[in-house]
Amino acid sequence: MELYELTIKQLSDMLKKKQISAVEVTRSVLDRIDKLEPALGCYITIVAEKALQDAENVQKDIDNGTLRSPLAGIPMAVKDNICTEGIPTTCASKMLSNFKPPYNATVIRKLYDNGAILLGKLNMDEFAMGSSTETSYFKKTRNPWNVERVPGGSSGGSAAAVASGEAIYSLASDTGGSLRQPASFCGVVGLKPTYGSVSRYGLIACASSFDQIGPITKDVTDCALVLNAITGRDEKDSTSANIEHPDYTKFLINDVKGLKIGIASEFIGDLLDKEVQKAFIDAVDVLKKLGAECEEISLPSLKNALPVYCILAFAEASSNLGRYDGVKYGYRAKEYKDLEDMYRRTRSEGFGPEVKRRILLGTYALSAEQYDKYYKKALQVRRMICDEFNDAFKKYDIILYPTTPDTAFKFGTMTKEPMQMYKHDILTMPANIAGLPAITVPCGFDSNNLPVGLQMLSKPFGEGKLLQAAYTFEQNTEFRNSRPCLS
Amino acid sequence: MDYEVVIGLEVHAELSTNSKIFCSCINEFGGDPNTHCCPGCSGMPGVLPVMNKSVIEYAIKAGLAMNCTISKFTRMDRKNYFYPDLPGAYQISQHKYPICRNGYIEIDVNGKKKPIRIHHIHMEEDAGKLIHSDYGTGTLVDYNRAGTPLIEIVTEPDMRSAEEARAFLEKLKAILQFIDVSDCKMQEGSLRADVNLSVRPKGQEEFGVRTEMKNLNSFKAIVRAIEYEAKRQIEEIESGGVVYRETRRWDDNKGISYAMRDKEQAEDYRYFPEPDLPPIIIDSEWIERIRSSLPELPDARKERYVREFSLPEYDANILTSSKVLSDFFEKAVQHSNNAKAVSNWIMGDLLRILKEREMEAEEIPFPAEHLASLISLIDKGIISGSIAKKVFVKMFDTGKDPETIVKEEGLQVVADENAIRKIVLEVMENNPGSVADYKGGKTKALGFLVGQVMKATKGKADPKLVNKLLIEELSK
Repeated sequence: MELYELTIKQLSDMLKKKQISAVEVTRSVLDRIDKLEPALGCYITIVAEKALQDAENVQKDIDNGTLRSPLAGIPMAVKDNICTEGIPTTCASKMLSNFKPPYNATVIRKLYDNGAILLGKLNMDEFAMGSSTETSYFKKTRNPWNVERVPGGSSGGSAAAVASGEAIYSLASDTGGSLRQPASFCGVVGLKPTYGSVSRYGLIACASSFDQIGPITKDVTDCALVLNAITGRDEKDSTSANIEHPDYTKFLINDVKGLKIGIASEFIGDLLDKEVQKAFIDAVDVLKKLGAECEEISLPSLKNALPVYCILAFAEASSNLGRYDGVKYGYRAKEYKDLEDMYRRTRSEGFGPEVKRRILLGTYALSAEQYDKYYKKALQVRRMICDEFNDAFKKYDIILYPTTPDTAFKFGTMTKEPMQMYKHDILTMPANIAGLPAITVPCGFDSNNLPVGLQMLSKPFGEGKLLQAAYTFEQNTEFRNSRPCLS
Repeated sequence: MDYEVVIGLEVHAELSTNSKIFCSCINEFGGDPNTHCCPGCSGMPGVLPVMNKSVIEYAIKAGLAMNCTISKFTRMDRKNYFYPDLPGAYQISQHKYPICRNGYIEIDVNGKKKPIRIHHIHMEEDAGKLIHSDYGTGTLVDYNRAGTPLIEIVTEPDMRSAEEARAFLEKLKAILQFIDVSDCKMQEGSLRADVNLSVRPKGQEEFGVRTEMKNLNSFKAIVRAIEYEAKRQIEEIESGGVVYRETRRWDDNKGISYAMRDKEQAEDYRYFPEPDLPPIIIDSEWIERIRSSLPELPDARKERYVREFSLPEYDANILTSSKVLSDFFEKAVQHSNNAKAVSNWIMGDLLRILKEREMEAEEIPFPAEHLASLISLIDKGIISGSIAKKVFVKMFDTGKDPETIVKEEGLQVVADENAIRKIVLEVMENNPGSVADYKGGKTKALGFLVGQVMKATKGKADPKLVNKLLIEELSK
């Protein structure tokens, strides 16, 4: 086994035993990047020199005993909408192609404190708007399982990098499924934490009340390790929850006996691809055999998730993206007549079509005449969805459904059909609407050998239960041992 | 036809908290451009606002001082619009759930008291400033002011004249200064008012179409702008024209207002709840704690001055119109047993000199104790009233205490009977006509002769003594 193939847990154990050094691990992953990057295109920015330098420094701290974190010396990468001081943070947009933030996101600071080695910044859909990473201004990212297929999105780079060994783990953001859908497409584990679990400080906002940063990892154990490092109250983010987070590795227990699982009937049937459906039913059987109590439940308001999401998330995004006006930083049109013209040209030239579409729709939904009809109504329905979940979680520990309706699709199939693309996220949006934690774990492959993901949701701050259920499923299936065949 | 003017005000007051509303940058007027700002208040991506708790406290204070109901639930909203001085392209403000509602301030115009209702007070952030300099060709932006905390006080359309509007603003300013939430310096823009004005025929119930006037930088400008706009609207209607609902900009140099460009269609600010800040829950305990910490307010002080010092209500009103002035009075009175004299000096010479020298009350160059000493010098007969006026000017010029000035300049009253009698005789000799007039029964001539003696002694003679000696000599 090459070092880049290993998990955080395995590498960390080897580092502790001095079998390897942080520099060796970093070099192994950097070599892997060198080799695969031309074919896969996971990264927008690679900071190889800094990574090696950091690895050397971290190794010293590991050696002198000041760094004991399991993340110490492990090379990783983050989605390019998470601010990194002095390192370009572009949101995969022409608008921010020259932007270097003068500050680190809280999650970056925390990872650095844990001795993480940052390799670079990962490709994504422009401003996290898209489901295939095709809206990136810079490049396409290819699915390691089949390079003719998209890696999913918006965090396509984050998922593809972990699946291919171009990073041991990564951070991504999830607004409507942007973390879980690509994790599912690339056959890795992805967790969107409860809204407020992880600080959003330094995450370039897409839709503020939906966005949440989470880990993409090779297995559930690694997921718990990263979660331990990044969760917690942050004074710089008023929406971060003031709660005591447990040690999430305590929940890595191989046992689901008596666990009450609700299966959302709305999300099974016609909506799903036949092969995804089969993988899902098989997964349910696995859990049942392990002693979980599974039954179908109905969450009727979930059918409204798509319009609620499109109205509220686009509305917030339209406001959040107002600041890219060419005045202070980022792209500015070369020629313009006056202020108005500068705004118009800068934003026309700096944003891609998907971003513009969402800004226009969001602006419309917030306009004075439409507000009551769209925004206000959507807020009410959001509340209904939350209430329905709350009721369900009085009875169930976990709600279960697939992560995506089908597996990774071919390039170009969704870009011309925005509504098809939005619909594709129907299974992931509810967790963001209700602020719930949700995890995706690999649960099978379709006949094209493309991964299928199983999604589990829990009540707010129920990450522990999610990890336990996901860990048990993982330990009792073989899917985590499958890796894409990349020469 | 007789018209009635209807005025409502929207007043922005910058709060004097130590730091800005959503970041820890210093909240201070001035500074080199872009030195009082951080990634947060200059709109960098990914940076989140964090509510400054003092801003909430200051707003509650203001609300309580203006008899408002404090909302138990309040939240921030986003007001979206593009302008280079607004770094995030939205202002975090309050739209649906302002922190204070339904208050009033009582004004007093020529002894007529009237409550002006406050519709609400809300919290928001200020924007930066554009600098149109000669440096280069473009416009520059200074974000030092961006994120300065503001409260906006919105009145009901309860005022009916420029005087009432002025009285309201003066009272508002006094209150904000008394509770120490804003320094209210109009010249630095820490107090700014927009005027909503309409006219209607007397007796009509419905309001006329209103205009909103901006760029009013002094009380004087507000008064002039109101008078101008009222006249303009009446003339427009009288001549068969129409008043449009529009925003107008006041040009104080030209003394006119004009409609601002592209404000014809109503702007759509696309308000929605600020997702980066949780709602603010204010419990009764917090409100009561702030209420009990409120200092004495202008009206209470005014009543106390009338009660305690037997000042006329008019005097008490003026003294309490400014915190600095009122504090100056209080301090002087502590060192004097002649409150009426202290009040007279402040209302008379002090305010006159401040006005002549275009100074603010904050700039009085001597402590209040010195005014008390000056009055004591008069009361003890050490200097005369007219000398005292000169000493007072010297106090302004030099900041020295009155005893020193009197000593250095030899201004003590001359009470030497022989010396004064000598001058009295000289004056009589030089003014035989007046002496004859007096002796012929024109007693008014005495005043002239007293004046001559005082003049000859450069005002230092004790006037009572001069009077007595003159009468003695004239009766011989």
